Amino acid sequence: MHTFDYHRPATLKDAVALLKKTENARPLAGGQSLTPALKMRLAQTPALVDLGALEELRTIKLEAAVLTIGAGVRHSEVAESKDVKIGLPVLAKLAAHIGDRQVRNMGTLGGSLANNDPAADYPAAVLALSATIHTNRRSIPADKFFTGLYETALKPGEIITSVEFPLPKRAAYVKFKQPASRFALVGVFVSEGGGQVRVAVTGAANSVFRLKDMEKKLGEKFAPEAIAKVKVSADKLNSDLHAAADYRAHLISVLAQRAVGEALGGK
Amino acid sequence: MTVSVSLTVNGKAVTADIDPRTLLAQLLRENLHLTGTHIGCDTGQCGACTVHLNGRAVKACNLLAVQAHGANVTTIEGICGAHGELHPMQAAFREHHGLQCGFCTPGMVMNAIELAQKHPNANEATVRAELDGNLCRCTGYHNIVKAVLAGAADMSKSVNNSVKG
Repeated sequence: MHTFDYHRPATLKDAVALLKKTENARPLAGGQSLTPALKMRLAQTPALVDLGALEELRTIKLEAAVLTIGAGVRHSEVAESKDVKIGLPVLAKLAAHIGDRQVRNMGTLGGSLANNDPAADYPAAVLALSATIHTNRRSIPADKFFTGLYETALKPGEIITSVEFPLPKRAAYVKFKQPASRFALVGVFVSEGGGQVRVAVTGAANSVFRLKDMEKKLGEKFAPEAIAKVKVSADKLNSDLHAAADYRAHLISVLAQRAVGEALGGK
Repeated sequence: MTVSVSLTVNGKAVTADIDPRTLLAQLLRENLHLTGTHIGCDTGQCGACTVHLNGRAVKACNLLAVQAHGANVTTIEGICGAHGELHPMQAAFREHHGLQCGFCTPGMVMNAIELAQKHPNANEATVRAELDGNLCRCTGYHNIVKAVLAGAADMSKSVNNSVKG
């Protein structure tokens, strides 16, 4: 690791001030991606602002039509939360299968979204559920948040505070796990609610994306067979040693159909 | 830059002035000489460095020591009984030959203890799935899985006994 100064602010206000004080200072959430990147010198920063003491980012609130989760809530806490299990069980299940136990015990919702790893699970949920990302400055709709490979709409010094999920009528997430990294080789999140169907894909391209052809077909008829013949283009998909682009395209089709089936089964 | 970190390790209060780059695994091994926490891959993959942070399994090579400020850390050295008797999960690993070279064992045991607490009636499939943060290059996992199942059963027995007693 290159050297850095370390700060552990007790309030969001102090954290924002510290980030503003040093150019290229970085917030540290659970550190399950940032710490390895610092160790391998893939990332460096003059100052690390640890958000770990910010209790104000650690609440979960379930209301009639909305579930709001603080950015500092850890994956294992989302997986175990009664409110999440009642209001948005698909998200509890997704969180229970991120990485491995040790990663889930440290990694946070806000950290995962700010990192926007192309194979992370949470971005698919946020995009398919049309969630809103709240920061210390503004509210960003999911459709405007994920802008590219490890890129988001966040500005320097901006901190995610919470994520607001509208509760869907039904939803499911199915992923094909890459067994070595435990990331999604491909993951598909399908949701129906608020008069629309949304399908979000992670793991397949440089950032999470929606499949509007499938959304349209599912809007007409929400059933696996409705999308069986929707052709998924391999054009902009990743090819690497784990899977070729055409294989990923095939997986998207298969997993999307399974996700629709699971959503209908009420699992 | 040097920062002061205070935490509780195996029940004892510890304070150290450290470079903020110090990993929790380094603090445990090099400052506190608790070398039961092993560094295997040093990239957050293998789980040999697993310890408990406020009762939850974490990878100590993937955590800055400063992130454990104010926390309770338990290492493999801190789980035995008052008279040095093995923890039920350790005893099960010995009984079922859940190790060969033993390098991954401290991390396996620490993860397995939380696994058993979260899934007291875990079946084999659950144990295999929930152990996926820990790699063993010797055993092929069969005896580790047997050991975790047996250790989990013994742990729930002793919890029941202590509740009754």
